[in-house]
Amino acid sequence: MSGAATALGGHGSERVVLPVGRHGLLIELPGAEAAEAFHAEVLRRRSAGLLPGVTEIVPGARTVLLDGLAEPRRLAAEVGEWEVPPLERGSESAVEITIRYDGPDLADVAGMWGVAPEEVGRLHAATSFRVAFCGFAPGFGYLTGLPEEYHVPRRSDPRTKVPAGSVGLAGPYTGVYPRSSPGGWQLIGTAVGTVLWDAAREPAALFAPGTRVRFVPEGGTE
Amino acid sequence: MTDPADSTGSGSSSGSTGSTGSTGSAGRARARAAAELHAVRAGALTTVQDLGRPGHAHLGVPRSGALDEPAHRLANRLLGNPENAATLETTLDGCAVLVTAGGQGRSGPPPADPKVTAGGETSRGPVTEAVVTGAPCAVTVDGRPAPWGVPFRLAAGAVLDVGPAERGLRSYIAFSGGVDAEPVLGSRATDLLSGLGPEPLRDGARLPLGATSAAGPRHGAAIDTAPWAGPPGELVLPVVPGPRADWFTGEALRTLLTGGYRVSSASNRIGLRLEGPVLERAREGELPSEGIALGALQVPPEGRPVVFLADHPVTGGYPVIGVVPQEALAAVAQAVPGTPVRFTPVSG
Repeated sequence: MSGAATALGGHGSERVVLPVGRHGLLIELPGAEAAEAFHAEVLRRRSAGLLPGVTEIVPGARTVLLDGLAEPRRLAAEVGEWEVPPLERGSESAVEITIRYDGPDLADVAGMWGVAPEEVGRLHAATSFRVAFCGFAPGFGYLTGLPEEYHVPRRSDPRTKVPAGSVGLAGPYTGVYPRSSPGGWQLIGTAVGTVLWDAAREPAALFAPGTRVRFVPEGGTE
Repeated sequence: MTDPADSTGSGSSSGSTGSTGSTGSAGRARARAAAELHAVRAGALTTVQDLGRPGHAHLGVPRSGALDEPAHRLANRLLGNPENAATLETTLDGCAVLVTAGGQGRSGPPPADPKVTAGGETSRGPVTEAVVTGAPCAVTVDGRPAPWGVPFRLAAGAVLDVGPAERGLRSYIAFSGGVDAEPVLGSRATDLLSGLGPEPLRDGARLPLGATSAAGPRHGAAIDTAPWAGPPGELVLPVVPGPRADWFTGEALRTLLTGGYRVSSASNRIGLRLEGPVLERAREGELPSEGIALGALQVPPEGRPVVFLADHPVTGGYPVIGVVPQEALAAVAQAVPGTPVRFTPVSG
């Protein structure tokens, strides 16, 4: 099985194409921004009828998985050559999430950021976020946009129960727990009146990859 | 699930989240009083399954669906149902359901056309037809033997009991018209990882049945009644290398193919967990979250591979050493704990 992860072909200068089983391709990009731009290009090509039939298009932190392809080798040979325009930002409207900055880890995060606890919410709410990818649970989006100096590690002792609506930080991401579950993110607040996932709603998920997100402090900006 | 970065779904098999509020069918308008199932004995784990909800992984929604898909499809074909009609998937010890004609309990309406049922009933009209496939098991209707793998009629008030799996693990019970639970994103499948779809069956739970297909059952459809080979004594799984095989040592790759693994009792609809030697990583550090395919052989930090099944997480942060092709997963669905597992490399 040596050489298992060598690319099938289509090595662009900055894209690695990895086979995933008999019907999938994992395209690895040099970073989060490039992965988002590549994902946008995949969606554009699908809309334009330029992509072969595919069951799943799953963006990750710096990859895009295409699964359910009839002939992955053929596509593998092409994707390295695709012209991918840089990501356009700020054109579409943002989903606004009302948030109360009352999380149990607020003081810890303030310590790591080197600011007063009240400042955490102000800095968080001033950030323009974007859903990089989803996972973990239906409706859970990994939101990027936080400047690197505000990235924090996950808690060393994960909580057995994180209440639904909790807003947390981990690594380069912020996220909102769609429902109560165990979790290890640093909790800084609570989303108020927001339903991230409702199967009876169209669309069921408030967050999809590419969705812009803004947090609005409850009661307005102080 | 334990955390957004933990993609193994450990400890999440309870499926009792139920917070997505999608199981009720009370609000649905029905043209007539449909037949219903009442769970008399829910069994260890009985879920509603169909062909799942592919195409939503980018929203964090697993594919889900019947683990032994051929058995599920066969059951529907035998009844003339579409292959995506929902069936009941049992685990280990089967289940028992009472069938009623429109929620009227054991006293159904007078039969318009009495027929002899598998249970020998002549006084009540048939409400539906059923068939049991997948793991072979004893089937009874009101305590009398009924066939396995062949459709039979069920009268109002009849109790269908599907016994423990004699070989294998999961049996499929299909009914004419299918189990008509409320669909979520186009599927009625119970998803234990996400808590989507109907909750696992509980004693006393009710499930509606759909309208019978116009095509009707296909009794004696010889092409569909081939004997079931049953689970082999050893589970031989083809594995296509990649996409992160380079995260492991050459020794780890040899170990995977020679390691003498066994099915762990911690296996569930999320993944087939294995007991056996650990696979040594060549690269340390975290793998940023990436999309995971059905059948992916993911290796969490403890080093023992997990074959991801229908309710698998859609992204994960541990390297995938190989992928088991979907055709091999039906056998995985029937592998009881302790079954020896051998991986054999195949090309992509």
